[in-house]
Formats: sequence, C-alpha cells, structure tokens
Amino acid sequence: MTATDPGLAKVLKQKDTDQGSGALYAARAPVFPRKIDGPFRRFKWAVMALCLIIYWGTPWLRWDRGAFSPSQAVLVDMAHRRFYMFAIEIWPHEFYFVAGLLIMAGIGLFLVTTVVGRAWCGYACPQTVWTDLYQHVDRLIDGDRNAQMRLYKAPWTLSKLARRLAKWSIYLVIAFMTGGAWIFYFADAPTLSRDFWTGTADPIAYATVGVLTATTFVLGGFMREQVCIYMCPWPRIQSAMLDEKSLLVTYKHWRGEPRGSLKTAADPALKIGDCIDCHQCEAVCPTGIDIREGSQLGCITCGLCIDACDRAMAQIGRPRGLIDYCTLEDATREAHGEPDAPVLKTMLRARTLIYFGVWAGIGLGLLFMLGTRTRLTLSVAKDRNPEFVQLSGGAVRDGFTVKVRNMEDRPRPVELTTAGEPGALLYTDDMDERLARPVLNLTAPADTTLRLRIYVLGPNGAKPGPITFRLTARDQARGHDRGQDSTPSLFSTPEGNGQ
Amino acid sequence: MANDHGDAGTPSGQAAHIGAHGHGARLDDATGTHTVGHEWDGIEELDTPLPRWWLMLFYTTIVFAIGYVVVYPALPGLHSASPGTLGWTSRGALAAEMKAADAGHAATRAAIAATPVEDLVRNTPLMRAAIEGGRAAFKVNCVQCHGAGAAGSKGYPNLNDDDWLWGGDIGAIHQTLQHGIRYPGDDATRASQMPAFGRDGILTAAQVQDVVSHVRVISGQEPASASATRGAAIFAANCAVCHGDAGQGNRLVGAPRLSDKIWLYGGDRATLTETVTNARGGVMPAWSQRLDPVTVKMLAAYVHSLGGGEAGPQADAAPIAAAPAAAAPAAPAP
Repeated sequence: MTATDPGLAKVLKQKDTDQGSGALYAARAPVFPRKIDGPFRRFKWAVMALCLIIYWGTPWLRWDRGAFSPSQAVLVDMAHRRFYMFAIEIWPHEFYFVAGLLIMAGIGLFLVTTVVGRAWCGYACPQTVWTDLYQHVDRLIDGDRNAQMRLYKAPWTLSKLARRLAKWSIYLVIAFMTGGAWIFYFADAPTLSRDFWTGTADPIAYATVGVLTATTFVLGGFMREQVCIYMCPWPRIQSAMLDEKSLLVTYKHWRGEPRGSLKTAADPALKIGDCIDCHQCEAVCPTGIDIREGSQLGCITCGLCIDACDRAMAQIGRPRGLIDYCTLEDATREAHGEPDAPVLKTMLRARTLIYFGVWAGIGLGLLFMLGTRTRLTLSVAKDRNPEFVQLSGGAVRDGFTVKVRNMEDRPRPVELTTAGEPGALLYTDDMDERLARPVLNLTAPADTTLRLRIYVLGPNGAKPGPITFRLTARDQARGHDRGQDSTPSLFSTPEGNGQ
Repeated sequence: MANDHGDAGTPSGQAAHIGAHGHGARLDDATGTHTVGHEWDGIEELDTPLPRWWLMLFYTTIVFAIGYVVVYPALPGLHSASPGTLGWTSRGALAAEMKAADAGHAATRAAIAATPVEDLVRNTPLMRAAIEGGRAAFKVNCVQCHGAGAAGSKGYPNLNDDDWLWGGDIGAIHQTLQHGIRYPGDDATRASQMPAFGRDGILTAAQVQDVVSHVRVISGQEPASASATRGAAIFAANCAVCHGDAGQGNRLVGAPRLSDKIWLYGGDRATLTETVTNARGGVMPAWSQRLDPVTVKMLAAYVHSLGGGEAGPQADAAPIAAAPAAAAPAAPAP
C-alpha cells in the first residue's frame, strides 16, 4: 500500500486523533456479523463441515490390527507409548515421523500462504471454525446483526437474561462436545466414552475435557476475533511472509473511490466511484474490520465481504469484484488499466516452488523411511560388573542384556546367534547351563520389547575380542520387512576384552 | 517494590499526592501518570504503579508464606527446625512412602513366604519378582563383601560362577544364607575347620611345599615333579579326607575343589603355602538373624539366578561347563 491509498490515509488520520486524546487503551467494539450468502460463504460452510466431521468423527474410525494392538484408526496411546495412524504404527524412538509431519504442516502453511494468502485463517483454523459456529448460534438465538445489536444495548431484563442463558448454554454444549471429543484421540473411544459417562474414566480425562471446554467456551464464545488480532502469532508471521504476489482480499479503491451513495453518483460531474458506501462489507465481517482501509492484521481473508459486495453490486447492476481476491501486483496493474498477470505465472514462482520442493522432499523422505524401517531390532548391553566369569572347567562366561524389539502386531519366531567367537554357546537365565547351544530359538512377543539375560559360554581357550549378535526372524512372510538385525559387542576373558 | 515514593498500588490516590513525588516530577499528559523526577538526555521515567492484580498476588504470597512457616518446619534452630503444626518431616514422609511401597509388595511377599524356596520355579512371575527383590536386598546387604556385580574378591566367593563350596542349588544357597558359614551365633551354621598344617606342626615346611606342588599339578598349573609325587602321598594321608582323593572337593564340609581353575584365595605357590600353613576359614553372617525370611528367600533366588545356579542338590561339583552341546534339544522359548 502506498501513502496515497485513501484507506491507509484514513487509518493514519485516526491514529493522530487517538494520540491527541492521550488514551492508549481502546475497549473492544463488539462484532455482530450479518448473515450473508454467496460462493465464499458456501465454501466456508463446506470447510467448516469437513473440519468438524474430521474432528468429531476420526476417533470413531476402526482399523483392524489383530489381537495385539488397539483397533482405533487414529490413536495417540500415551500410556503404552504408541502412535497409531491407520496402517502406520509409530514407537517413541520413531518420533521423528511426527516431527517430520509437524515440519511439513509448518512448511505447508507457508506454501498455502504464498499461493493463496491467509486461507488457513479464513477457512480452516479452529479459532475461525468455532467462532463461525458460535456466530451462527448468536443468529439462531438473538436474530441477525440488527437484532443482536439491539439486544446488546438493551437493559438487562428477564427476557434478555433468558436469551443470554439460552445462548450461553448452547455455547457450553458446543464447548463440551469440542473438549469432550479431544480425549478420544488418546484412548479407545467407545471404552472411554462409556467410562466417561459412568464416572470411571481417569481423572485426567475429566480435567482435559474441563480445560478444553473452558477454553472453547471463552475463546470461541467471547474472545473470538481478539484471538486473531491480539493473541495469535500467525498473522504477525504472515506479515513477513506476504509479498506482492500473495492473494489478499482487496478493495479496488481505484474503482470504488471516491465513494458516494447512488443519489450522489447520479451527478456525473462528481466522478463518483463504484462504492456506494453501503457498509455491507463491514457488516458481514467476522472480525469487524473495514476492508476498504486496506490489507490489515484483522483481515482473515474469509471472503465474506466479497460475497456482500458482489450482492450489492448485482442489485445496482454494476460488475462484481469491487472487493475481490487480488494480489498487490495485480492491484497495481489494474489500477493502471493493465490486465492481470497470468494466474499460473503468479502461482509458479520460485518461492512457491521452493516451499513445495522442501515440503514434498520431507514427505517423500518420510515415506521412504517408513517403507524401509526395520520393525525387528536387537540391542545388546554387555555386563560391566563382572565383565567375565571364570568357570571351574576353564571356560569363560560373559553376561549380556539383550533386547529384542518386535514392532509388529504379531508374535515372531526368531533365532539369536553370535559370530566372532567360534564355538560360543548361548543360554538364558531361565535355562539350565547344560542346555546352552549355538542358536537360541525364541519368540518375540507382539508389539513389545523382550528383555533377556543372555549368557555366552566361550569355548575353552576362547580369546577376547569382538562378538556380533545376530537376530533373524524365522518367518519372512511380509516382504517389506528385512526381519533381521545385528549388534556388535565384546567378549571378555581374564586376558581383557580385545580392545 | 519498584516504586520508591511510598504510594505503590494506589493509582487512585496518585493525583492527590503530587508532593510525594521527587523533585522535578510532573504529570505526563499522554499517560496521566507522574514521572519519578529524574531525567537524562530528555528521557524520563514514568512512576507507573504496579498492577493491582500483581500486587494482590504478591500480598497473597506473603500470607501464604506466613501460613507455610506456621504449619511446616521452617525456622532454623540450633539442632532442628521449628516443628510446624502439621508435624510433617521429610523422614516421616519417606517412611510413609516406604510403607506404601511395602503394602504394594505385600501380595507378592506373601506368595513368596508361602512357597518353599525349592519350589520357586524358573521363569515364573513369582521367581522373577523374587529375583528383583533379591537384587535390591543384595545391593544393601551383600555388596560389601561380594561386590556390586557379585564377583567377589580374595576370600569372598564369586557368586556368578559354577563353583560352589556348600552347594549351588537354590535350597543349598538358601540354607547358607539363613545360617551363615562358621557364624558363631547360629547353631545350624555351616561349619568346618581346616587344620593349620604348618603352624600346628602337623606338616613340616618341606612337606607343605610338597603338598602345594601336588595341588598345583592337579589343578594343571605345573608339570609333574618329584616334589609333587611326595606331596601326593601327604595329600592322601592328610587332605583327601575332606578334599577328596583327586582333590575334587566335598560340599558337605565346604571343602573346595582343588582341581579346577577357580581359587578363592589364590592358586599361586605363595598363597597356597600360606593356605596350607595357616588354614583358611571364611565367615558369613547368618542372615535369618538380620533379615526377614522373605528377603532371605529372595536373596537366594537372586544368587541362584546369577548364572551358576544348579538345578538340584548335587553330591559333587557340576560337570565342567564348556562341554560341547551342539546336539542339545530345542530350548523352550522364554
């Protein structure tokens, strides 16, 4: 925006007045957005429905994982330290998958912002979705904008109190459903739901629902656009991310100014613009701003003012798009009577391509890691005290703590062998020493880490040195799994440990 | 408090007390607040009162602190702090926690108490619990002599190996733990006394050397010699009654096997000479006098689990360990 922008000039003028009065605090002006219909409103409906269905429905999706794992499609199982997402199961040591997804979400947000501006803020952000929902509750109970304003100014009568209580009750029900749904992502939804209503769920579940109900009630019911304008860091970040090719909701002042009513516009000598100053764009705005003042922090680019303005323009028979999605670059072009830059050229610029490249690269990397990860792993910790045990027959025995981690949802028959110390025999602390053998056949239980004490019996005259433990699955049915792992360790004797 | 003019937290009274502000203080138009009076290079400081909510919180913490001092031990004295009306002590809190922890173990301990130690079967949850309990008790009571890894040291046996003086099945270990070895305060203690062959004049110094030679031969440390041949005869007459004809030992009297690779005191000539001359006789306390029966049982389970535990009572030493077992039957999956 240049200083010649009439909107900006108005804002600056307003600022001067503010300073003159000496007041540094402005009370919130309540927002009563008017009901509107139009393509962007319908799109907002669709996104809201999708978001709410996903949020409320996801925990109830079932996914069969067999007898050894929960059958909830999406489950963050804190108690057992597992994260399930459809066919993917993640263990704590694979948290980088979650980190990767979060990074992708962040870069995805950058990408979307670069291409279509604050689309996240306008349509998909939970604060936007729930604020929108609550604003519809307002309309349902109090009526549309004018009725809401009247009621707001009206003195506190019994009827106003009744309406307010009814509205706040609905707020509370929605808030409770919102907070209540959250906990189902962390435990088996049908079980937890039953436990919750019978009062036998964990206190943490009730506490979580309580906190989230309260935050939803306050943030969605009362704070609304103040969250976006004062609390949320994202608009600030976006101020730095937007460039002249970002899509903004733009009031085309070169077409609209100077404003004037239809009557005034009838006088051609006044050269009145298309804006008839009907204030419909302000009336429908969910954050209560005047888009004609230019691009601003409070604009979440939901496009409802576009719907309102298009409707007004249609009524007076002028072309739509006085307020429209438009890049700063196109705004300059249009103001000078030039055609818009091609959409594809605007979208496929270095910045979007780099964001997309990084985003897709991380995604492909994660997919690759997911495809090649080992779901049967072995770790070995050698006993340090005592490092070795001299046996009466002259042989030496070393102790190891062996962990066999089977991440699959089925028990797996595995065999444990060693290499590097020929003739070495193995036995567990549950076995008699005389049953020691070169190969131990074990069963790795499903979805668990098996911890074993393994004794390695060196042959008479064994030399100290490296010894490698090898774990091999004896079923190789599933092709995607290597089904084997090995870990180096050391075999110690009275002569040392070979190092 | 940041305000050094005495009217912090009374924003309403501020305008009325202009005189309370420092020299040069003035009312700032933009904020309606006084300046503190000092100025540097045109920069002044506003005497903004602390926010009321902050101040209330601050006063609340003071009230809380007073209450805390009253109910909890707080004021330091010469020997102890003031007791506090709640009577809370960290030692008492620990005791309560320990009691709660013990209560959590009560069922397991009762089950262990009800099970004869010989019936604790490998690879059962009860045995696992007993081993873990024994591990903890071992660290408190046994590591002083046997070491943190139970590897022992000179005169204190290594409990990981397969060489047992008094028996390595869980029953024998339990018996040893309960009654100790050569422990004066227990009638059922494991007792035996090796004669001090040299000191008491049973053998001459030369004879002692011959016996030592013989022992070093049967343990594979020295080639046969004339001294060893002489020693064999002396051994048969004096030592074999306890240590066996071939030096294989005898667990009934805790006589160690002399033909293996494990030495409690040492297998070199000087140490063996010392052993034969002055005799050895290690002592272990009778732990049933110091620990409850369940803990002693758990210790037995732990020691038995260290790798050398024997399946059942054996008259003599276990078979030599590293015998090839390539054709052994399939192991049960643990």
